[in-house]
Amino acid sequence: MVRNNALMDALFRNVTRFFAFLVFSLLAAIVVSLAIGAAPSIRHFGVDFLWTEEWDPVREEFGALVPIVGTLATSAIALAIAIPVSFGIAMFLTELSPVWLRRPLGTAIEMLAAIPSIIYGMWGLFVFAPLVQQYVQPPLKSWFAGVPGIGILFSGPPMGIGLLTAGIILAVMVIPFITAVMRDVFELVPPMLKESAYGLGSTTWEVVWKVVLPFTKVGVIGGIMLGLGRALGETMAVTFVIGNAHRLSPSLFAPGNSIASALANEFTEAVGELYTAALIELGLVLFLITTIVLALSKILLMQLARREGATT
Amino acid sequence: MSAVAESNPVYRARRRRNTLMMGLAALALAFGLFWLVWILGVLLWEGVGALRPALFTQMTPPPGGDGGLANAIVGSILMAGAGTLIGTPVGILAGTYLAEYGRRGWLAPATRFINDVLLSAPSIVIGLFVYAVYVAHVKHFSGWAGALALSIIVVPVVVRTTDDMLKLVPNSLREAAAALGAPTWKIITLVSYRAARAGIVTGVLLAVARISGETAPLLFTALNNQFWSTDMSRPMANLPAVIFQFAMSPYQDWQRLAWGGAALITLFVLALNITARALFRK
Repeated sequence: MVRNNALMDALFRNVTRFFAFLVFSLLAAIVVSLAIGAAPSIRHFGVDFLWTEEWDPVREEFGALVPIVGTLATSAIALAIAIPVSFGIAMFLTELSPVWLRRPLGTAIEMLAAIPSIIYGMWGLFVFAPLVQQYVQPPLKSWFAGVPGIGILFSGPPMGIGLLTAGIILAVMVIPFITAVMRDVFELVPPMLKESAYGLGSTTWEVVWKVVLPFTKVGVIGGIMLGLGRALGETMAVTFVIGNAHRLSPSLFAPGNSIASALANEFTEAVGELYTAALIELGLVLFLITTIVLALSKILLMQLARREGATT
Repeated sequence: MSAVAESNPVYRARRRRNTLMMGLAALALAFGLFWLVWILGVLLWEGVGALRPALFTQMTPPPGGDGGLANAIVGSILMAGAGTLIGTPVGILAGTYLAEYGRRGWLAPATRFINDVLLSAPSIVIGLFVYAVYVAHVKHFSGWAGALALSIIVVPVVVRTTDDMLKLVPNSLREAAAALGAPTWKIITLVSYRAARAGIVTGVLLAVARISGETAPLLFTALNNQFWSTDMSRPMANLPAVIFQFAMSPYQDWQRLAWGGAALITLFVLALNITARALFRK
């Protein structure tokens, strides 16, 4: 009986250890298998792949510049909108909201993350894009028409679909993620600190801006990085509304492409080894970028948690 | 003092700024809720009309024809079910190692870190990974490939919740069991698992909710299938891919079916999410 238990102990321990190791090796396995799949393209195009604009399946010329720019541009728009909004929501939920309202309001915001991305895409294509075309793009265009530098971002025919619309929808999709992290880190602030500030006569805004935010800065940036990681890799919502055009345009109204949407649209139709390999290389680039961003986010959040552990 | 303070311009300016900022915070919240209400409203408006019995009994039609989504619904259930069945044990066992054995050594912290990265990794890359390691070798798309891709999405969610929930189990429970002479594997399976059961189930439900709406990883693995098929070794219809195809098409009938499918998935996912929360709170 005792021997039996020792055997079971060793068995159970090693089985769980095996699966933990499996999860541990998954990241490397993804990178390696994608690199192997992309090998023909990597050999053929070299590093130039990253900044070549050409994407011509007929002549088998492939470059990642357009999808990379599209991915970064849509994510930048998304963050520009999502950061202040998430900060406002997190501040409302931690400082202003009556306690009984916190849970329902917080849950409602989290539900934004539960809605599947294809739903955002469909709603974006059928409902949101036409409204953007009619009511958002024309005023933006006329406001910024004469402004040097910015004017060109809002030029061209308003079509509804394009980088701007994709960026706005991405913003709505990452708001719940950034808000959740901000809420969590705001709640880490020792009440003593906040109470001292209130005791000195600070207003709520001053407490948040001068006490809570400096204390949680690292975590807030970690939350923003998490949102960025999500935005970079978002596929279906972007595929519906970005327009899928392999063209580089300075205007945010123009249709473009992101890495994920190029994959979703073209992968199953890709013929030829080089075409498939080029698409897999796009996927590899996306995975490396998001992994770095998400790892940074995690490191920042761990730093805050460790400091929190040291002070209490 | 307050009379002095009221007339003090610095104090007034600070108060005005505070009011402004709090107003903006409330506005931000309203902004967030506005999208939720709008999207759900549109879904109900467009989708409820399409939620007829035929949606569940008839096959996906050719353009212009009348039909339902029966094959896609069954395909989604089969693949999400298989994905959950594969991913859940892997996730629970790996999470068990992290929480119960991971106090020493490098494997647990490193795995926890990588797991958190995988949790937010783009799902389309998971599809590409399964394509590269499985579909490209067997040379055909299949329901199993789709299930495999979904299981890879399930694993990080379950690992994370299992790890978190087991860490919440008080050590005194484990010590009490150990003092009675129970071996470690019995302590974990009979004491820790039992104490953390609600939390672990919550994690599995959230994982199911997550994969129910996933489209991107299925595009290159399960592909799609216009016909009735329960053969997991062949290309398989699934709700998200059908919604994608039908919504992007120019045909009115197809678009209407896509709205029906969209409403169905969203209601299911939101219901699962709310159930999981209610369960966890208890």
